[in-house]
Amino acid sequence: MDSFRQAFDLLFSLDKELLQILGVTLRMSFFSTTISCLLGLPLGALLGTRQFRGKAFLKKMIHTLMGLPPVVAGLIVYALFTHYGPFGSLNLLFTVRVMVIAQCLLILPVVTGLTASFLEKGAVPMIETAKGMGLSRRRVLFLCLSESRASLLSVVLNAFGRSIAEVGAVSIVGGNIQWKTRVMTTAIMLETNKGNFSFALALGIILLLVAFVVNVAASWIVREEAYDV
Amino acid sequence: MKKTLAILMALLLIVSFAACGAKPEPAGTPTPENPTIRLSTTTSVNDSGLLPYLLPVFEAKTGYKVEVQSAGTGAAIQKAIDGNADLILVHAKASEEEFIAGGYGVERLPFMYNFFVIVGPKDDPAGIADCEDAASAFAKIRESESKFISRGDESGTHKAELKIWGDNAPDAAADSWYISAGQGMGACLTMASEEQAYCLTDKATFLSMEAELNLGLLLEKGDDMKNTYSLIAVNPEKIDGLNVDGAQAFIDWMLSDEASELIAKYGQEQYGVSLFYLLED
Repeated sequence: MDSFRQAFDLLFSLDKELLQILGVTLRMSFFSTTISCLLGLPLGALLGTRQFRGKAFLKKMIHTLMGLPPVVAGLIVYALFTHYGPFGSLNLLFTVRVMVIAQCLLILPVVTGLTASFLEKGAVPMIETAKGMGLSRRRVLFLCLSESRASLLSVVLNAFGRSIAEVGAVSIVGGNIQWKTRVMTTAIMLETNKGNFSFALALGIILLLVAFVVNVAASWIVREEAYDV
Repeated sequence: MKKTLAILMALLLIVSFAACGAKPEPAGTPTPENPTIRLSTTTSVNDSGLLPYLLPVFEAKTGYKVEVQSAGTGAAIQKAIDGNADLILVHAKASEEEFIAGGYGVERLPFMYNFFVIVGPKDDPAGIADCEDAASAFAKIRESESKFISRGDESGTHKAELKIWGDNAPDAAADSWYISAGQGMGACLTMASEEQAYCLTDKATFLSMEAELNLGLLLEKGDDMKNTYSLIAVNPEKIDGLNVDGAQAFIDWMLSDEASELIAKYGQEQYGVSLFYLLED
């Protein structure tokens, strides 16, 4: 109960550091979700609706990567961007940008895999019909995406949820630096390690609130669109 | 074919479970009534390998099993306050005294020490290698605004660092050269190596990682760099459900001649130097 009170005190006192951490968290999650979706939705659409050689193997690969442990993603990106690594000269280690890269590695397979399986179930019959009507391939793809937008929104929210809740990858490549790369989850880890368990829980409650607001906003948008149809 | 495979998998699972349960008990060890001791400790004594080196000897002799939870000193103490540990082994005098004053600890038993060291870029841009003590080295780092990685996690090492800065503590929000990492010692040393920054660390962790780091050991054994470790049994009058006998048995053994000898020898084989020294009483 103490944690709930602390959470509200923190939120309403507009603590400067908390706002900065929330800002970094949202910025990071926004970019990693957006980039993953820009790449993953079309890729998933291709995978879900088209037939090609090696498709079964590719699907297995993507399903395996969907279970990639965040720490492993973090380690891979760390190895790439460390001072003596292949991209070390870019000096990106311990920045928000490299955190976004690590998260994309985690989220892109999730977006691709989920999109593909949603479309496989729902859109394939629709494509048959559309093809019968003689629509062009691009029109078919567009129709597909727009008809399945409720499912696709849940894919996007899933990606966002994974991004905002993730700690393993971002703490390795971001380094949890105060005023720079500290996000909500790494701040919670830090407070836990300090022994401030109730304060850590307060931060957890705030993170949940943020996720809740985003979800409410998204479902509101979907309902609005449902009336349009 | 599929059926055979499924049966094989199931068998493998059963065998692996059975293997976990069947740990051979060495013959001739006593079995205490409550054999589990919960030790809450700081990362440096565990990650440096000291506890993994000492505990098997204690366990074989007494039949106790020590469950080690290692975290920063702040969390290590908090776990004991929450009733999740029988005793603590930490290194932050002020927090330990607070723990005792709050009635949570029986008695503070300082028993060994080592030194913090300052590591940094091998070319030592701030020129701290000739300093007398840590305070003057920190002053030079501050003057030259050389990068410095702080633990920033209220661990014993972080508290020692803040004590050395004294009134001159940098502000992580304003001084961009001062990086408050909020991570464990290993993660901070890795970061210092990447960023070519200075860092205050315990010597044991640095030596155990030195091969992978591009850092030099620049300053050690200043008067203000001594790091004392204490054992404190949790007070059974304040917290219930404690393994009081177990905690006492562990403390007795840690202060015994046998353990003292082992502690003094630890590190000599691997690094050629002792990592911990005994306090003279």
